[in-house]
Amino acid sequence: MTTTASPEAGERTARTDRPGAQAPRAPRFGRLRRIGLPYLLLLPALLLELLVHLVPMATGIAVSFKELTQFYLRDWINSPWAALENYRVALDFDAPVGQALLSSFATTCLFTALSVALCWVLGVSAAIFLQESFRGRGILRTLFLVPYALPVYAAVITWSFMFQRDNGLINHVLHDQLGLADTPPFWLIGENSFVALLVVSVWKGWPFAFLIVTAGLQNIPRDLYEAAALDGAGIPQQIRRITLPSLRPVNQVLVLVLFLWTFNDFNTPFVLFGNAAPESANLISLHIYQSSFQTWNFGLGSAMSVLLLLFLLAVTSAYLLFTSRGRQAGDA
Amino acid sequence: MRRNKAASVGALVLSLALTSAACGGGTSGGSNEQPKTLTYWASNQGASIEVDKKVLQPELDKFEKETGIKVKLEVVPWSDLLNRIMTASTTGRGPDVLNIGNTWSASLQAGGALMPWDDAAFQKIGGKDKFVESALGSTGAEGKPPAAVPLYSMAYALYYNKKLFKEAGISKPPATWDELVSTGKKLTKDGKAGLGVEGSNLSNNIHQVFVLGKQHGVDFFTPDGKADFTSDGAVAAVKQYVDLMATHKIVPRGNAEYEQNQSLSDFATDKTAMVLWQTAAATFAAKGMSEDEWGVAPAPVQSGAPGQGKGTNSMVAGINLAVFKNTKNSEGAMKFVEFMSSDGEQKILNKAYGSIPPVKTAQQDPAFNGPGIATLRETLTTSAAALPQVPEESQFETVVGTAVKELFAEAAAGRPVTDQLVRAKLDKAQQQMPKK
Repeated sequence: MTTTASPEAGERTARTDRPGAQAPRAPRFGRLRRIGLPYLLLLPALLLELLVHLVPMATGIAVSFKELTQFYLRDWINSPWAALENYRVALDFDAPVGQALLSSFATTCLFTALSVALCWVLGVSAAIFLQESFRGRGILRTLFLVPYALPVYAAVITWSFMFQRDNGLINHVLHDQLGLADTPPFWLIGENSFVALLVVSVWKGWPFAFLIVTAGLQNIPRDLYEAAALDGAGIPQQIRRITLPSLRPVNQVLVLVLFLWTFNDFNTPFVLFGNAAPESANLISLHIYQSSFQTWNFGLGSAMSVLLLLFLLAVTSAYLLFTSRGRQAGDA
Repeated sequence: MRRNKAASVGALVLSLALTSAACGGGTSGGSNEQPKTLTYWASNQGASIEVDKKVLQPELDKFEKETGIKVKLEVVPWSDLLNRIMTASTTGRGPDVLNIGNTWSASLQAGGALMPWDDAAFQKIGGKDKFVESALGSTGAEGKPPAAVPLYSMAYALYYNKKLFKEAGISKPPATWDELVSTGKKLTKDGKAGLGVEGSNLSNNIHQVFVLGKQHGVDFFTPDGKADFTSDGAVAAVKQYVDLMATHKIVPRGNAEYEQNQSLSDFATDKTAMVLWQTAAATFAAKGMSEDEWGVAPAPVQSGAPGQGKGTNSMVAGINLAVFKNTKNSEGAMKFVEFMSSDGEQKILNKAYGSIPPVKTAQQDPAFNGPGIATLRETLTTSAAALPQVPEESQFETVVGTAVKELFAEAAAGRPVTDQLVRAKLDKAQQQMPKK
């Protein structure tokens, strides 16, 4: 035992015997390591975030300043710089490209406003309706969530079959059975396509509003309602005075998320209308896709995307600023 | 402490791995790094992707037996093919050999992702002369080495439903547009339609108005490659096509939203008497029609006699085979193209797809001389013209195809389709083309 112990002891002695420099450095190094470790552990996540989110965004912004057409596809990094040319073309509202972008933007704004409003009204109404417990509530809740749970492609393709003029279910009901239209209307081309798109978007979007509001409702204490009922408040007044104000923080996020998702929605119009959406349903995301992938002008498409990003950033910041101020004022 | 150390090392390794993944890129230029494998993107030629796999796999096995090179097959649907090729071009990671629609040749050639077929390259697969001249006309811009070689050739023709013709007491198919309209009117009754179109299918719209443009003596591009969509002839061509629904009413209004070959289903279920289509035999068979239930005649021309110039009654339709410039097996890729364009394979594949071999010697096979296919072969050799071989062809398909789609939507809504409206739509299309 002694033979094995002695060299260790000797070593230890030798270490402590070394001149002063080593001794104070050790705690500093240790402190550095202590502080550094969390950052080191965060590093992979940070790099992954950079890789997945920021690098593509930065590339997109860089591409928007390039003349990236079909001629430079293979060596796109070395495509010529176009300065602000792509932005000039996109924002020249007297020329067809700018006009088309503007009209698509207007369509998207109208579509988003209607879709978000309808999703919200339906979601909140259904959630309030299902707040009281009754027989079959669980089944209804599950049923309402089905559109949200279905894969988007499968659901929207089914809608596109239903909207077909000659063989679709919608016209079969509206025209053949109810006799509401003289001739079967078109839903996938022409003006009605806006309505078709709105119907599918609301069908797909309202269960999310329902889900979030249902969760929000769980946090409102029951005694508030009981007290209000004792004071003689009816159901409408309870909703107006208790439910809606209590849901305010939930609604703030819900409306923002619905707005962003609807404004950016690509899958629904793409699956419903294919590459060339009718003008009345030409949402901006599909329009940008057409302007880049269909015409092979990725610089212009990226410029439009950056403009869309700026718009959405501006709206989101304004919305958050406005609603938080309102909330603070309300709280005070 | 030891656990902390392990965590730090793990974090560092992961970070390094991520950084290196982010910095990785494609190689440039072809090589022979992987001589034993090839990846092949085939276009969807049969009734379904499964059918294609069944047709192609035995041939690929044969190739593997001959050369020892394993070919990994992927059949890419038409809706994805162009996007996939573009993505492969930008990343440099793609297949070794791929099918392209022959009308895309010049557009993809401009992108520089496909290996150019100069004389030396052609020599390796048996020389340029083995291909039919008209098919070579759709392989890229004039004066440049082709971007691909022809694989399957197709042509448009008028297909008619014999049962409906018999019921209406019509003995022979129409040869001129006037005859087509009068025949169509006789056939349009009792919920049946004279003619079917695919109003929302952009490519099909382009093929039809391109041919009608030729018949009116115009091209949609000037000789130096500038877009020229608003000439009187172009307006007349587009209007003539849309008028089949708008004025003559021999096309049902519902056809305006067709884009997934619904008109062929209507034809096969005796709802539509005629369609103008390219190489439809295999599709009809897949939809349960036997060969004696339909007939085929040359597509109509104004004069009734197809030929060159104003007698053009079809585009040179077809599929080309290209080699990706970044291939890691360029020798193998050449061998594969040689194999696919050999007489034996040309006969087997074109028979399976109902198309015509673009290889001269294979075309002599009696199988391509039957009554149905002979019309297509005749059209291809005497009265078909290649779509403009300009880099902007793909954009042309999109913008003019969309204009025609919108005009069909107008006609379907019962609104008049006037010369002014057609011109306005074409003008808008032209302004969306890239400025030169």
